[in-house]
Amino acid sequence: MNVPPIVDALIRPGAITMSTPRTDPVPPTPAGPTATQATAPRGGHAAPALRRLVLVELRKTADTRSGRWLLISAVAIALVVAVARCLSGDASERTFQGAFELTLFPLALLLPVMGVLLVTAEWTQRTSLTTFALVPHRGRIVAAKLGAGVLLGVAAFVLSLASAAIGNVVGSIAGGADGSWSMSGDLLYQSLVGQLLGVLIGVGFGLVFVTSALAIVMYFALPTVFSIIRELISGIRDAMEWIDMNVAFEPLFEGTATGDDWGKVVVAATIWVGIPVAVGTWRVLRREVK
Amino acid sequence: MCDAAGADSLCAMIDVVGLTKRYGAHAAVSDVSFRCEAGTVTGFLGPNGAGKSTTMRMVCGLTVPSAGTSTVVGVPYLALPNPGREVGVLLDASAQHAGRTGREILTLSAMVLGVGRDRVDDMLEQVGLSGKAATRRVGDYSLGMRQRLGIAQALLGDPQVLILDEPANGLDPEGIAWMRGLLRGFADRGGAVLLSSHLLNEVEAVADRLVVIAGGRIVADGTKADLLRGAGTRVRATDHDALRRAVADAGLTSETVDGDAELVATDDAEVVGRMARDAGLVLLELRPADGAGLEHLFLSLTSGVAEGSAAAA
Repeated sequence: MNVPPIVDALIRPGAITMSTPRTDPVPPTPAGPTATQATAPRGGHAAPALRRLVLVELRKTADTRSGRWLLISAVAIALVVAVARCLSGDASERTFQGAFELTLFPLALLLPVMGVLLVTAEWTQRTSLTTFALVPHRGRIVAAKLGAGVLLGVAAFVLSLASAAIGNVVGSIAGGADGSWSMSGDLLYQSLVGQLLGVLIGVGFGLVFVTSALAIVMYFALPTVFSIIRELISGIRDAMEWIDMNVAFEPLFEGTATGDDWGKVVVAATIWVGIPVAVGTWRVLRREVK
Repeated sequence: MCDAAGADSLCAMIDVVGLTKRYGAHAAVSDVSFRCEAGTVTGFLGPNGAGKSTTMRMVCGLTVPSAGTSTVVGVPYLALPNPGREVGVLLDASAQHAGRTGREILTLSAMVLGVGRDRVDDMLEQVGLSGKAATRRVGDYSLGMRQRLGIAQALLGDPQVLILDEPANGLDPEGIAWMRGLLRGFADRGGAVLLSSHLLNEVEAVADRLVVIAGGRIVADGTKADLLRGAGTRVRATDHDALRRAVADAGLTSETVDGDAELVATDDAEVVGRMARDAGLVLLELRPADGAGLEHLFLSLTSGVAEGSAAAA
């Protein structure tokens, strides 16, 4: 059979200008595709506000069974730790601040994982296909995920406060506790900074390493490698204090950061937050979405 | 720019010009150009791996083309502020978070699109996923249900253009008939549909135009009538060998199809009929090759190029 007749059929209309203005009224269509006037600009629908995209990202962290359990376990762990703190141990530490301080650590472990999952779930579950088809400016999605991460960090901070308060009340009722409500202002804001840095490191690692398992392993392994190097090579120990996030961020969770400590926080944050977020964003912007 | 209601004028809702995608030395898509007009359903046909999905991803801004451009409703996809309101996209029905319910997935999209939650329920209803199915996790959905959900998601923003990659995969015959009706109605109201498939019979019933791709290149593009013109005449006789001889004697070329029928390379059935009479043949069948011809055409168009590119690679 001959193909040439088909090849004839390939002839396309060619370049046709579409600028001819319509003068007849456009009949209303009852349903389906909305009729738009020829003069109306295409894409007249506004882009979703960044605030709305942040809300969508937050909702995504809570609308799956695994995501919900991660959040529920975070709340449960904070409560258990805070109440346990106010029921046992040295009476002088059974305080609001003592309970608050203790809840910071488990949440500081969970927050980076949440930050990682905020990003990697898109790739492992392949929802990126929908996400980026609806919002083709991928930088806005990255920004929304960073925003959602910040809100998760704030939520964890509030959770620490709330569970510490509950713990302190329970401890006071049970007796034997100091029950003091005093709180160091430095600890408050510094721990908030610490938690925010943690979740943002998670988002950055998620952006760079793309798959959940790799990003989470890297988050726990890389800083440990740096700590080991710092211990082994005494000559660079001082320098490593600026690079090792375990050292640099530690004072934040005790509310004791002063002077030089802040310099270390800034340098370590640049290395562990700034660089991963920048490199990861660049990757996401260029990556083929399949 | 063109308007959606202008089905009478030529109106490119999707305009693809010279799209090319190379991965290293391998060209997955080479210089692909076609248009989809308002009020039409365009079938994008080709074997698996022909470049259909890559082309569609390039149109939707998910894959950066190596060369070429594309527009949807007159502008590049990336320039659409809220693309879901203009273009409904379904590229892979399985690309959903298995842990979310069907309703939740549509609710997330509705938030991005800025459409009301009542629209979510309407769409679930329209694709037959209302009630219990809507609150089940998508991980428990069959592929057919995922396709329905994906179509609901594509329709959610009330778009004028639909881009659907293999939407019939996993649908049962009833589901395929349902989807045909839905897409036909969408086009009849002035929308444009681009619908890919590797199976001709899935799209030929609903498509107005067919764009055939093989080995990353467009090998045929036209209306069904255009493509069938020259598809030939199908003839069957009691004596198959005598028929073949008679065709050859008449100076016509033919091919044996379906075992005992001949596909003669002429659109003039009368010529074939007279030839049969002169040869004293008893005919069992004499008609223009339609569906079967199209299928034959599709196979011949795609297999040759696919083999060629495989040999080159």
